[in-house]
Amino acid sequence: MNAPPLLAVDGLGKAFDGLVANRDISFIIHHAEIVGLIGPNGAGKTTLFNCLAGFHTPTTGRISFEGQDITGTTPEAAAALGIARTFQIVRIFHSMTALENVMVGAMLRSKRVADARYRAEQELAFVGLSHRADNQASDLTVSEQKRLEVARALATEPKLILLDEVMAGLNQTEVREASQLVHRIHQRGIASIIVEHVMEGIMPIAHRMLVLDYGAKIADGTPAEIAENPAVIAAYLGE
Amino acid sequence: MSNRPVLEPRKALGALALLAFALVLPLSVSDPSRLNFFVLILMGAQMGVAWNIVGGYAGQVSLGHAVFYGIGAYTSTMLALSLGLSPWIGMLAGGLVAVVFALAMGWPCFRLKGHYFAMATIAVAEIVQILVTNSDFLEGAVGLSLPLDRSGWGAMVFLSKLPYYYIILGLLVVTILAAWAIERSHIGYYFRAIKDEPEAARALGVNLTRYKLIALSVSAFLTAVGGSFYAQKEMFIDPGSVFATSISIKIALVAILGGVGTLMGPVLGAVILITIEEYSRTLFGSTGSGTDMIIYALMIILVAVFSPAGVLGLLQDLRRHLPGSGKTSETR
Repeated sequence: MNAPPLLAVDGLGKAFDGLVANRDISFIIHHAEIVGLIGPNGAGKTTLFNCLAGFHTPTTGRISFEGQDITGTTPEAAAALGIARTFQIVRIFHSMTALENVMVGAMLRSKRVADARYRAEQELAFVGLSHRADNQASDLTVSEQKRLEVARALATEPKLILLDEVMAGLNQTEVREASQLVHRIHQRGIASIIVEHVMEGIMPIAHRMLVLDYGAKIADGTPAEIAENPAVIAAYLGE
Repeated sequence: MSNRPVLEPRKALGALALLAFALVLPLSVSDPSRLNFFVLILMGAQMGVAWNIVGGYAGQVSLGHAVFYGIGAYTSTMLALSLGLSPWIGMLAGGLVAVVFALAMGWPCFRLKGHYFAMATIAVAEIVQILVTNSDFLEGAVGLSLPLDRSGWGAMVFLSKLPYYYIILGLLVVTILAAWAIERSHIGYYFRAIKDEPEAARALGVNLTRYKLIALSVSAFLTAVGGSFYAQKEMFIDPGSVFATSISIKIALVAILGGVGTLMGPVLGAVILITIEEYSRTLFGSTGSGTDMIIYALMIILVAVFSPAGVLGLLQDLRRHLPGSGKTSETR
């Protein structure tokens, strides 16, 4: 147990012009762990993601990845270290085909186009989009575009993937498929933090849940513990 | 489609046919003004393809490309006048000076996005034009004339228009090959990613500033080479002829008209734009009366309203619809 955890967040805070979005958040993530990140709207989940992925510089606190301090790093440096992300509102490259979208991700590890294409084909197959490889990305359904973002993130060969509401707006079958996808990502040894409102999608697969409310962490435990936590119930149902 | 060959045979054949056509075209023309017209088209195409690398593929719309054009023209001319250097070397030197300038201007300007970047490029080009106009070292508004005593391939000075035609054709081919190589490499993919979704590109490890600077530098180099060629062809340059705002607009318009972010779009755009320019010139009389700016404005409005993807985009749309209509007759 001497190896440092994959990700360690210590006393992280983020304020925008006085508006505090994250306050004193601390937690660790282990290798290959599936962690759900939940909380009411405006709890600061996306802000936390943005801090972890280098899109925001935290106001206070430290983030370390495999023992290395990455507080205030850039998104491109975070990606190179092995932190990949998807976006709450999909940001696919609409002028490219599905395959080309994933190739851009794969090019982080190999600049050779043929290598990137081979890698991208594998990731498209992994998320079940092989049949859409040569379609224009903008022609894909929203559910497919979300999976495309996952494939693109996986193509960067991350150690940690941040999934921002990949199950929102999906029907029940699709939610089940998405849960299985997260589980298969775990089986590849990749840790994931999943922001999700769809509880039936996240609760069965998460090893651990983090709960945010008003920018602060109010609970950290197994899904079963979280479901019975009075503070969590109060945050969701109101007092 | 999934296993793309290195070069699609049909496209390669088309490119060769086009090149063969361009090679024999001037042999059938004896009228020098007609030949000059073809040279102008090739010059426009070369500028457009060069602009397209940063403005089309990478989506960083520059409306100040005349600054690179002027740098190319002035560098090769000054080197020829002061050191007697061959314009072939002057051309490369001009390209390198333009690259240095592109890096210096790109660093602050790329902090701005979209329209603000475009506005910054206009400002930079205007400032440089004013500086050159007031520079004694560069003969200010008087301009520079190349000596007529030397001629031939070493000095790149010819009495006939024909060698100029083949030189600019060669430069255009080199410029297209450069754009083609970029398009097929990881750099081309990164450019398009930056254009589509810069934040998503960053999340995938793309350093935005680095790749935008690469785009601007390559584009600046090739544009400057075109500027050096202009100086050799005209034998005279002044700030108004190579640093003018209208040149910046024309460079961008050639690409936008033909189809941004496509390899051959700017070539098509140049054919259309230069042809219209020439006919309007004979129609409305002398140049410099502002008719060119009116035409540019009209073209911008037409493209923006009817086909944001340019004429090439329009043609591709048509082609997509034609087989569709064929299918309906089959099902009948």
